Amino acid sequence: MRQVYIAGIGQTPVGEQWERSLRHIAHDAIIPALRDAAVERADALYVGNMLSGDLVGQEHLGALVADFVGLRGIEAYKVEAACGSGAAALRTGYMAVAGGLHDVVIVAGVEKMTDTVGRETTAGLAMAADQEYEAAEGVTFVALNALLMRRYMHEYDVPHGAFGYFAVNAHHNAVANPNAMFPSPITLESYRKATMIADPINLMDSSPICDGAAALVLVSEEYARALGAGRRPVRIAASAVATDSLAIHDRRDPLWLDAAYISSRKALQQAGIGREEIDLFEVHDAFTIMAALSLEANGFAERGRGVRLAEEGEITLEGRLPIATMGGLKARGHPVGATGVYQVVEATLQLQGLAGANQVHDANVAMAQNIGGSGATVLTHILIGD
Amino acid sequence: MSVARTWRTRKQRYGLMGERCDYCHNAIFPPRDVCPHCAEPAQREFALSGRGAVYSYTTVFDPPTGFEAYAPYPVALIKLEEGPMVTAQLTDVAPDQVRIGMPVEMVTRKLSEQGDEGVIVYSYKFRPQLQRPALTA
Ligand SMILES: [Zn+2]
Repeated sequence: MRQVYIAGIGQTPVGEQWERSLRHIAHDAIIPALRDAAVERADALYVGNMLSGDLVGQEHLGALVADFVGLRGIEAYKVEAACGSGAAALRTGYMAVAGGLHDVVIVAGVEKMTDTVGRETTAGLAMAADQEYEAAEGVTFVALNALLMRRYMHEYDVPHGAFGYFAVNAHHNAVANPNAMFPSPITLESYRKATMIADPINLMDSSPICDGAAALVLVSEEYARALGAGRRPVRIAASAVATDSLAIHDRRDPLWLDAAYISSRKALQQAGIGREEIDLFEVHDAFTIMAALSLEANGFAERGRGVRLAEEGEITLEGRLPIATMGGLKARGHPVGATGVYQVVEATLQLQGLAGANQVHDANVAMAQNIGGSGATVLTHILIGD
Repeated sequence: MSVARTWRTRKQRYGLMGERCDYCHNAIFPPRDVCPHCAEPAQREFALSGRGAVYSYTTVFDPPTGFEAYAPYPVALIKLEEGPMVTAQLTDVAPDQVRIGMPVEMVTRKLSEQGDEGVIVYSYKFRPQLQRPALTA
């Protein structure tokens, strides 16, 4: 297998982009990424997206976007793994370059969620769950996470307020991110007072519905050397994925994200590093409960102690394991199929020392984890600054 | 839910029809063709009792398309006596009366209506058990 490097990154602001359509926001991320990499052509384009068919009435995004960015003719298709679609597209691009089939690949994540009304988007997001036996009963994606959070609070005797540290950290880190949807700090008090959406989950436990696109240009080692960029080369040291049952009720232990455990273990093995060597972790904090369960399944905290890690300040930019360093899903925003690519764009900025006010000191190794559904598909990537 | 899908899952929705694995003897719900415990083929029908306990619960305030008329409504994960867990709505109980571990039993209720032209979907919901000893989750 060949080494794979990130040669260029691009991202759009996350939010309600009513003046730009799906194809336009894809363009707005891809063209800067190509410019950043100083390449004009690519061998292939992989588009991560979850809901375009349902919310925009448009499928076939590979050809659509390739043509729209001036790359008509190249290999291109969409990759879908619910909210994990972005990282799934990245893994597809990684395999193409690592396997020697392509030298230059574009990976884009794009999602348009604000053209529809709330209940349609809610129904669309529930497609990440089991349609016949979860969604059919009127259970929403938020409600599924609420079921996990309630059980967690019960089993580990954790009060709801303790989860607030995740939301406060995310919002704090979004302030200096020009692309974040909510660049505004919140307090533990405003967290506690937020509107309930599916008890115990309130508005501040939950990531927002939004539009956004992010893009990466991946190249082979040989090509990276030829480009000879002035910036620090960032290598994809590991790419791993694992799956679990779609439905939470089909899991032996709903509070254990087995696919996160398996995919991060595989990724650490592939990168040849220990967990303690990770300098920052872009976590899939679609809900505060997901952040806690992820920290535990990845071995950063004992079971039932993920929330404690946040309470003790270990997840802040100055802490032992900074998470959501540019705002995370909670405050940067969660344009579902684009999120996995945003995470890796942000981790790349950290490793290149370009994260501005949010720069993690001495960042050399970053982990990004993108989750489809309530843990049914978990993709883990490890980046190393060479 | 489409008419065909509603019809296809009628045994499950009206009678909690699952399966019991011939190899490892675990009860399975919803039914599938391969046992999730031992990965052997599993297609022997087995009706679950419908008795269980609340594993977790919440209330849906922000419903998806098709459920607007019913919100807010309580939903739960129910751990059935025979082992499997099921995701369902709760009924005949105020949301603030629900507790983890509360014994519940299955009833058949209207789940959703799809306008004047569409079908009315009935399904399992769970209510507090009537006059039976308590179970734990
Ligand atoms: Zn079996």
